[in-house]
Amino acid sequence: MSVALRILDDGAWLSVNDQRRVSVSELWRVDAPEFCSCELVDFIAEGFTEVSADGRDVAVTTYGQCIACGESGVPGKLPVGRIRHGEYTGYDRQHMIMRPIEHRVSR
Amino acid sequence: MGPVGTSMPTDVERWKSEVYGNEIREHLYRFAEDGWDAIPADESDAWFERFKWWGLYHQRNGQESYFMMRIGTPNGVLEPGQTEVVAEIAKEYATGPVENPEFGDAYVDWTTRQSIQLHWIKLEDIPEIFEKLESNGLSTQQACGDSWRNIVGNPMAGKAPEFVDALPVIHELNDRFKGNEEHSNLPRKWKVSVTGAPDGSGQGDINDLAFEPAYKEVDGEEVRGFNVRVGGGLSRNEPRLARDIDVFTRPENAADVAAGISALFREYGDRENRYNARIKFLMDEWGPEKFRNTLQEEFVDFELESAGEDLREQYTYNAGGDEHGDLIGVHEQRDGNYYVGLNVLVGRMGADDTKELARLAEKYGSGEVRISQRQNVMITDVPEDDLDDLLEEDLLEHYSPDPHPFMRGSVACTGTEFCSLSIVETKNRQVRFARWLKQNVELPEGVEDFHIHLSGCTASCAQPQIADVSLRGMKTRKNGEPVEALDIGLGGGLGENPQFAKWVGQRVPVDEVPGAIKNLLANFEDQRESDETFRTFITRQDEDELEALIEPEETGYEDPMMHNTKLTWYPYADEDDMDASPAPTDGDGNPLAPADD
Repeated sequence: MSVALRILDDGAWLSVNDQRRVSVSELWRVDAPEFCSCELVDFIAEGFTEVSADGRDVAVTTYGQCIACGESGVPGKLPVGRIRHGEYTGYDRQHMIMRPIEHRVSR
Repeated sequence: MGPVGTSMPTDVERWKSEVYGNEIREHLYRFAEDGWDAIPADESDAWFERFKWWGLYHQRNGQESYFMMRIGTPNGVLEPGQTEVVAEIAKEYATGPVENPEFGDAYVDWTTRQSIQLHWIKLEDIPEIFEKLESNGLSTQQACGDSWRNIVGNPMAGKAPEFVDALPVIHELNDRFKGNEEHSNLPRKWKVSVTGAPDGSGQGDINDLAFEPAYKEVDGEEVRGFNVRVGGGLSRNEPRLARDIDVFTRPENAADVAAGISALFREYGDRENRYNARIKFLMDEWGPEKFRNTLQEEFVDFELESAGEDLREQYTYNAGGDEHGDLIGVHEQRDGNYYVGLNVLVGRMGADDTKELARLAEKYGSGEVRISQRQNVMITDVPEDDLDDLLEEDLLEHYSPDPHPFMRGSVACTGTEFCSLSIVETKNRQVRFARWLKQNVELPEGVEDFHIHLSGCTASCAQPQIADVSLRGMKTRKNGEPVEALDIGLGGGLGENPQFAKWVGQRVPVDEVPGAIKNLLANFEDQRESDETFRTFITRQDEDELEALIEPEETGYEDPMMHNTKLTWYPYADEDDMDASPAPTDGDGNPLAPADD
């Protein structure tokens, strides 16, 4: 069963099968040492530009800023949830440490 | 012709290619008849994207089944009788499950693009609302979506002094490009400004397409018309000023020139990447010369005239000088009558007050009301003898023609109350800021105009980059806890030499922002040279000096919305958790059972 993944309203939110699942303005802890010099990026999601699924995670390419040091940009494709048997389950994004999925693959 | 998306179209482009423009309306009516549940679960993204073309924007997460409705009023002109209609629609249909603590349960937003926004609109009510709007000459057509948006200009066009008459051109463009199938599906929104006044008040520089007053000597005769600029806009951290494409148009040719430029955008704008779709990015790529050449060779069948002499050195509107330029207060019209500009703090007016505004316009003027790009309203056509009585009316105590500068200068976007993109609460916060500043901060000698614009995100609907103090939504941590914060920019404005604000303060917790503004103004007073204006003062500072000017600190100001308002279903609900939301609801506002995925 195919799953429709979309970024809508000028990058404001992720739609999974026509349901709003993730909105900008969430704060995430991101393990992306090349993004800034903070131990973990204290990242505010300001805008989504793309969504992808790698068979394990649904990941959003996200523009934002580290609110600890001010570095801004795109730390990578950040995993926000997963799809099993056509069902989306969102991760507990407030309490997890995210790692851009392209980094995970290369490690 | 240009490269229309030939590879993988975006979903939005695919939906637009299937159903877009006028034909959306029949579907909208069908869903209204059958109810919210009739929208197929796997088509809702597509339909909500399309509904925008008819001025309907689905409200944010937690407010499903409720819509923002935008009514486009060309140049902000509400004809006699129309203001009352807007008030009645707001009263009857724009009431949500919970009241706003500042503005009550039904209100009208006057916007920075001279339009009107209503919230909490139910799909089921749309046919009735459309019928009422349209039978009174109002429309929501193309108020949102990828097409010609509401055309802006100096709101007093036709009444205040003008170098060239803008209003007939605005009407011609509106008539020609609303509902025009050739131009109804553009790669992205298309914002147009037409100004005839010599003061720069149409804000052309920040529009996709701007017609600005100009003249040419032809066979010894002065011909008045417009110079054309293209590619302005503030969104996405990529502000641009519209570029001079070296084209002059006579008023009678303006619509043909506009048609060529709109068609060029239709064919060459980027349909594969919506973030790159606005014409400002095409202008980045091409530059004005290639743009003009392409327009001439492919999109118009007449010889374009080269640019005429413009009037930019006369521009006073938001130019950093002594003149307010905002049309607030009592001003004489060309015909000897007067108009009275009223300050509407953050552009929001209760439905009852809007009805009273309509009554005053009928009683003292012609019944006409106009909306400015600073979210204010004007009552026009008031005979001199009636001015005193109008100025005595109770409504003008709250919506003052002589407001305090902090009230007068405040502009705010919609914010997290309803908007998906915003990061912070805005309108109510800006009301609290303005009140606190009025009570606690002395403006330096001679400063009577001080613009503070609060935008919830980088979309910049409050136009923060052209304000003295720009505030933009952010987050930070305070004592380890996430709180709403604002970036602070300084020194933006328009005029002959417009400039965007310089961002000098990052992630200032919202409760420290009023203190920062207080300290900024104190520093300005200490350090200014004689009667230097704020904008001149800011312009001569280097980056380090600018940062030192704002000293954020806590003050007596308290902010009740420090927490993440975006995580609530509605920030002002007693039970504000997302789970407590009644949405989606049926046409009567009763919660519907959750749909299966």
